[in-house]
Amino acid sequence: MKRTIKEEISIVLSGEAGQGIQTIERLLTFILKREGYYVFATKEYMSRIRGGSNSTEIRVSSKPVRSYTEGIDILMPLTKESVEHLGNRVTEETLIIADNESLKLDNKNIFDIPIISIAKEIGNTIYSNIVAVGVILGLFGIKTKTIEDYLRERFEGKGEEIVKNNIKAASEGYKLGKEFTDKGEIKVIIESDESLKDDLLISGTDAVALGALAGNCDSIFSYPMTPGTGVLIDLANFSKDFDILVEQAEDEIAAINMAIGGWYAGARSMVTTSDGGFALMEEGVSLAAMVESPVVIHLAQRPAPATGLPTRTGQEGLNLVIHSGHGEFPRLVFAPGTLEQAFEITQKAFNIADKYQIPVFILTDQFFVDSYYNVKKFDLSKIENKKYIVETDENYKRFDLSKAENGVSPRGIPNFGKGLVVVDSDEHDEEGHLTEDLDIRVKMVEKRLKKGEVLVEDYISPELFGNENYKYLVVCWGSNYNVVKEAIARIDNKDVAMLHFSQVYPLPDSTVKYLEKAKKVIDVENNATGQFAKLLRAETGINVDKKILKYNGMPFSVEELTAKIREELK
Amino acid sequence: MTERKNLFSLENEKELDIAWCPGCGNFGILNILKNVLEEMEEITPNNFVLVSGIGQAAKIPHYFKNNAFNGLHGRALPVASAIKMANPELYVVAESGDGDMYGEGGNHFIHNIRRNVNITNIVHDNRVYGLTKGQASPTSQRGMVTPVQVNGVILNPFNPIAVAIANGATFVARTFVGDIKGAKEIIKKAIRHKGYALVDLFQPCVTFNKINTYAWFNEHTYKLGEEHDPSDKMKALELAFQEDKLPLGIIYEEKGKPTFEEQLTIYKENKDPLFKRNVDLNKLESFINSMR
Ligand SMILES: Cc1ncc(C[n+]2csc(CCOP(=O)(O)OP(=O)(O)O)c2C)c(N)n1
Ligand code: SF4
Repeated sequence: MKRTIKEEISIVLSGEAGQGIQTIERLLTFILKREGYYVFATKEYMSRIRGGSNSTEIRVSSKPVRSYTEGIDILMPLTKESVEHLGNRVTEETLIIADNESLKLDNKNIFDIPIISIAKEIGNTIYSNIVAVGVILGLFGIKTKTIEDYLRERFEGKGEEIVKNNIKAASEGYKLGKEFTDKGEIKVIIESDESLKDDLLISGTDAVALGALAGNCDSIFSYPMTPGTGVLIDLANFSKDFDILVEQAEDEIAAINMAIGGWYAGARSMVTTSDGGFALMEEGVSLAAMVESPVVIHLAQRPAPATGLPTRTGQEGLNLVIHSGHGEFPRLVFAPGTLEQAFEITQKAFNIADKYQIPVFILTDQFFVDSYYNVKKFDLSKIENKKYIVETDENYKRFDLSKAENGVSPRGIPNFGKGLVVVDSDEHDEEGHLTEDLDIRVKMVEKRLKKGEVLVEDYISPELFGNENYKYLVVCWGSNYNVVKEAIARIDNKDVAMLHFSQVYPLPDSTVKYLEKAKKVIDVENNATGQFAKLLRAETGINVDKKILKYNGMPFSVEELTAKIREELK
Repeated sequence: MTERKNLFSLENEKELDIAWCPGCGNFGILNILKNVLEEMEEITPNNFVLVSGIGQAAKIPHYFKNNAFNGLHGRALPVASAIKMANPELYVVAESGDGDMYGEGGNHFIHNIRRNVNITNIVHDNRVYGLTKGQASPTSQRGMVTPVQVNGVILNPFNPIAVAIANGATFVARTFVGDIKGAKEIIKKAIRHKGYALVDLFQPCVTFNKINTYAWFNEHTYKLGEEHDPSDKMKALELAFQEDKLPLGIIYEEKGKPTFEEQLTIYKENKDPLFKRNVDLNKLESFINSMR
């Protein structure tokens, strides 16, 4: 079968954990991006270190692509099972590139390539992955210099021998790929754009971690839990270049208490976790509220209750977060939809937490943190970090009501100035000392709640995409930004628009105005009960007309969402 | 010295409505700690933070004039450790009851010993839950009848001394509020000790613990003499398991082990506490831009 693939291609790599899919993914995406293509990669994996069936989808395009598609143009299976694993995503149209001498697949679209024997010839089967990379790059006809430069950079540390072998492996694969195109069996026609070379290629995890750095985060205390752990690992890696205190706490309870202790001493601390870990942190959230401590919490959602599906995706943590902690107090919950937003919002989160002395949440999910794509280089020149701590005088009172502007009393820290800083998880007086005086209690409650009213200043409005005079409004939050946007672009109907919330709580004031204008509001979420739709109703009194919900642990694909939204336009 | 008298006393000390029962051992601890702080020239109300959890003992920071963090039940140690990590210039003492530190906070107790942050941990060990009215605590004696353990405690008591030594604590001491001089000296040494220092401090709860009274502690404890070599770990463990008469004093001490903070690269060259630092945005920009 001869096939020409135009404008965009979806390549899927699939195999067992530990077979090096990630290496292929990384090499391919970086090299393709450097050559000037838009790239997007997302992975799905099982909760195990070896074996199982995992896959990575790489989309390469002449236009920005940032979401998951079901369709597979080229499949590169590393095991026999992986083809089965992908189910009906593998169609008549899918071309399979495989070392079929070892896999023995039964499919008429197979391009059999002796990857393993080539690798053996070079010296070791570990080069198989690089041969595979070479084949794909050959289909694209990538400049060999781009490939060599990248491989050199990447393997330089491992010695000249390894560099040479990798380059050799890639070029052997390359030749085979090129042969296919030269024979006209596969033609990949995608325009590239030189200027993309300078783009960054980062993941959701990177975006959050880099945003934290940019927000002057100087410490992270966390307990590992997939998929939140990446941010802890990133910051640990960054700590080789930047001063960051990184401590793996004994549990989540310790982690958040440490973060609050850190802020008390003047640090800017964060925690990263997932739903189950956060459940343990709730107590600490109310501590932060009571002692009026800033704290930044990154929560990468996965399907719950309990341990749920550890490596899958979902948006089931919204209710947990907005209701977390006992008692009444203000909080801000952000749910970035793009990597750019994740970077900006995380940077901002540290300053907002500091300014209002409240917990600030960044809600992402497995799909978001594990996906990556190219973004324009970040411009940090406009970033402003303000530390709100004050130098205290002798008469300093931590919860001074007379000095509280909109409920925010100046925050001192120990040994900075002449004052003393006393905080208490019990209800307390202005000095921070425990009190059971019920009049003071009322004043303190009002002081804390007052902050919630002024938060408005830092609200992030929802983003409207599409025609302003819409009839149908598709509402989404967090990681569904890109897939909804792409689906709507595909539908290309001027009556349909998307409204994305990257601040989910409290709801920005403009919400009502947007919802009221729509003839039909369609809510898209990765949970089974429509948590955000319920929030919309609770806060605005407006019911969404239709919910499109997915909760099998996988993200929406562009195809399925496009079809589902279309269904609602009839 | 005289100018340091009352340095740690609140202006309204006389009118303070202290929440403890008359005769409670907590009063003694309050006085002892206050004297210790007054006597330690290097400590001021400003460079000192008293951290506690929840319980009767945990109220102690409210009767002092210094920086204080009265946090959640069982969570004094993570807070105290992080404060010290973020600003090693501070003197940090975590002080609370045995229920708080060994029960609800048991996991933190174990791991902060391993962490060896340079803080002092004083545990008011009254062998009962005071604030919640007399239930068994981890250190309650077998057989003690309480409103919950109505047929008497059947669990083995937690042995903080043995646990601390076994986990590599470098300063492990036990003292009794009835021995003012001894307690003062031990707390002073604990604060000056480099690394995590545990002081298990016997304190009678006159309301809910009718077994471990002042008289009982007097009768069932003895002070370690000069002949005890605190660097002898095996001997220290042996003492930790002595039950008929409980030894008081520095049971184990190891000098020179690096603290958590000392091993952090962030303080290797730059000693500034974290609040004095800022990320270099230019450096960050080029760092980010290298991710191509
Ligand atoms: C999370 C949580 N659980 C339970 C309590 C109730 N509580 C308050 S103090 C306490 C026990 C305190 O015992 P201990 O630490 O021995 O201190 P004491 O009152 O004897 O000084 C308990 C269980 C609480 N405040 N928070
Ligand atoms: S209940 Fe016990 S520990 Fe608490 S104040 Fe009274 S005597 Fe002291």
